Amino acid sequence: MAWFRKEKKPRQPRRERLEIPADVWEKCEACGHTDIREKFERNLNVCPECDYHRRIRATEYVNLLLDDGQYEELDPELRSVDPLTFPEYPQRLARATQNAGEADAIMTVTGTLGAMPLFLGVMDFAFMGGSMGSVVGEKISRMGQRSLERKYPVVLVSASGGARMQEGVLSLMQMAKTSAVLSQLAERRIPYISVLTNPTTGGVSASFAMLGDAIIAEPGAVVGFAGPRVIKQTIGQDLPEGFQTAEFLMEKGMLDAVVHRRDLKRTIGQLLRHMSGQPAAAGWTSP
Amino acid sequence: MATATTLEFEKPIVELQNQIDELKKMAEKQQLTVGDEIAPLEKRLADLRVEIYRNLSPLQRVLVARHKDRPFTLDYVRLSFTDFIELHGDRAFRDDAAIVGGWARLDGETVMIIGQQRGRDTKENLRRNFGMPHPEGYRKALRLMKLAEKFQVPVLTFIDTPGAWAGLGAEERGQSEAIARNLLEMSQLQVPVIATVIGEGGSGGALALGVADRVLMMENAVYSVITIEGCAAILWKDGKSPAMKERAASALRITAQDLYELRVIDEIVPEPPGGAHANHDETAHGLQQALMRNLEELRKYKPDKLVRRRREKYLRMGQYAE
Ligand SMILES: [Zn+2]
Repeated sequence: MAWFRKEKKPRQPRRERLEIPADVWEKCEACGHTDIREKFERNLNVCPECDYHRRIRATEYVNLLLDDGQYEELDPELRSVDPLTFPEYPQRLARATQNAGEADAIMTVTGTLGAMPLFLGVMDFAFMGGSMGSVVGEKISRMGQRSLERKYPVVLVSASGGARMQEGVLSLMQMAKTSAVLSQLAERRIPYISVLTNPTTGGVSASFAMLGDAIIAEPGAVVGFAGPRVIKQTIGQDLPEGFQTAEFLMEKGMLDAVVHRRDLKRTIGQLLRHMSGQPAAAGWTSP
Repeated sequence: MATATTLEFEKPIVELQNQIDELKKMAEKQQLTVGDEIAPLEKRLADLRVEIYRNLSPLQRVLVARHKDRPFTLDYVRLSFTDFIELHGDRAFRDDAAIVGGWARLDGETVMIIGQQRGRDTKENLRRNFGMPHPEGYRKALRLMKLAEKFQVPVLTFIDTPGAWAGLGAEERGQSEAIARNLLEMSQLQVPVIATVIGEGGSGGALALGVADRVLMMENAVYSVITIEGCAAILWKDGKSPAMKERAASALRITAQDLYELRVIDEIVPEPPGGAHANHDETAHGLQQALMRNLEELRKYKPDKLVRRRREKYLRMGQYAE
C-alpha cells in the first residue's frame, strides 16, 4: 500500500520558469535562501536549503496527514463568545475570523491515516496566535468523547502561544478540561500522539501537548512553558543557543523524536500501529 | 502601628487604630476611665474596616492577596490542623521549598496537605523562590497525591503563587510536562480533593494544584490566567502604572466573586473585616470549618463516582456559541 507516496505535480519545463513574475519568489526566514514559491510548497514549506520548517496552516497539516486529503470536519459551528466582556475581544475575534477562517484556533477532523481511522486536531497559529480559549477546549473535548465511543486514536498537532487571555480564567480551565479528556482516553487504552510545531508554549504545552503516549516535534520548533522573551526577562541574561528547540528538548528527555515534516505521516502511522496492536504497514522498512 | 506593609487604602484604618491606642495609653498613665470615649471609636473602626473591605477594587484585592502578613500555607497548617509531619522531595532531583506538603489531621482525621509556600522575609523568600515552584516541586506534589491515594486519604491543596517559575533549569527539567501531568493525574485521583486559593492563584502554576472536587477561594484571594502586570504589558505596553494594572485587574475578572459567577470555583470562604491578615485565627477557623463541611460531603461518594463527577465538572467548563 503506497498511501504515503506523494503525488507529484508535473514539473514545469525549465524555459518557462525564466519568465516568473517577482511575486512568486519566496525567501526563507531562517537562511535567506530565495526560491520560487512552488519549490517551497512542493517541499511542504520546508526550506530546500536549510530545512527550516515554515509555519503552515491547519488545513495543510490535514492534507499532509490524512489519506487523499479526505476528511470530515467536526464541530465547525462552534464559535468563541466574549464571556468577560473583555476590551477589544469581539473586534480581535472578528479580525481573526476574517484573516484565518471560522475554525477558531483549532480544526478537528476525522479521516484515515494509512487506512487507519482516527481523530485529528490541528491548531492554527494564524488565529490569534493559536491561543486556547473555550472553543479550542470544547473541540478537543468533543473529539475525545467521539474517540471514546469509536475507539479511534487521537492525534493533536499543536501550534500555540498559550491560553487566550481574553477569556480569563475560563481559558485557564481549558488546560484542566483537555487533560481530563486525555485521562479518559488513557483509561480506555486509546493511543494519543502529540505533535509539537513552532511554537508550542504556555497553557497548551503545559496541558495536552506534553501528555502524548508519544510526543514528537518538528525540527527547530520552539517548545516550552514560558516563552523565550519571558525567561530572558526573568533571569536577566541571554538564553543559550538552541535553548527550547525541539532538539534541545529531546536531549533533555522531554520528547520521543524530532521528525521532519515529510516523515510525519509515516512516523505517526508507525507509532499508532504499534500502540493499537496492528501489523506494520505493507511496504515499510526501517530506515 | 503603620508599617511599611500598610496598604494605601488601609491608612484610615491604621490612623483610627493609632488614635484609639494613644487614648488607651494616656488613660492608663493618668489612671482615667475612658471607656465611654473609646467605645464609639472602636465601633467606628469596625465599621470602617467593613466599609473599606466591602468596596475594594480588583487591583486592591490583588494587593491584599499578595500581602506578606496574610496567612500562608504553613500558617493554616498550624492553625487549622494538628499532627503535621512534612514530607520532602520528588525522589528524582531535589526538594523544592516553594511547595510544602505532608500528613496532617483535620478534626482528628488524616489528610494530605500540599501547598505553595511564600516567604515572609527576603531570606525565606529566596529559599522558597517567592512561592514559584520548579518542576520538581510539582513532582513532589504529585508524589504526595499518589501516596494519599494509596492509603485512601483525602488531598487538600493550598494555592498561593504568582506562577510557576520561568527559568533555565525549570524549562530544562520540563516545567510544562510537570504541570500537565498533575492536571491529568488530579482529574483521576481516587480520593476526595479540595483545593483552596488562599492568596494569589497565578495561571498554570496554580492550576497544577487546583484540579479538585471542590475549589474554594478566600474572599480576598485572586485567581487569573496571567498576572495583571503581564496582561497590561501585552495589551497596553505598560505593566507598571497603577491605572493600567487596575484596568487589567478589572478586565480579567479575577476576584472570588467573579470566579464564583463564572462557575470556576464552588465556594467563597469569608475573611474577617480588614482581611485575613488582620486576624489569622479567625480566618483559619473559617477555612477549617469550610474544609470539614466539604470533606464530609465528598466522603459520601465512592471513588469512581467521585472521579466521574470531577471530570464532568471540568468537561463543562468554558463558554461558547454553536
Ligand atoms: Zn532556509
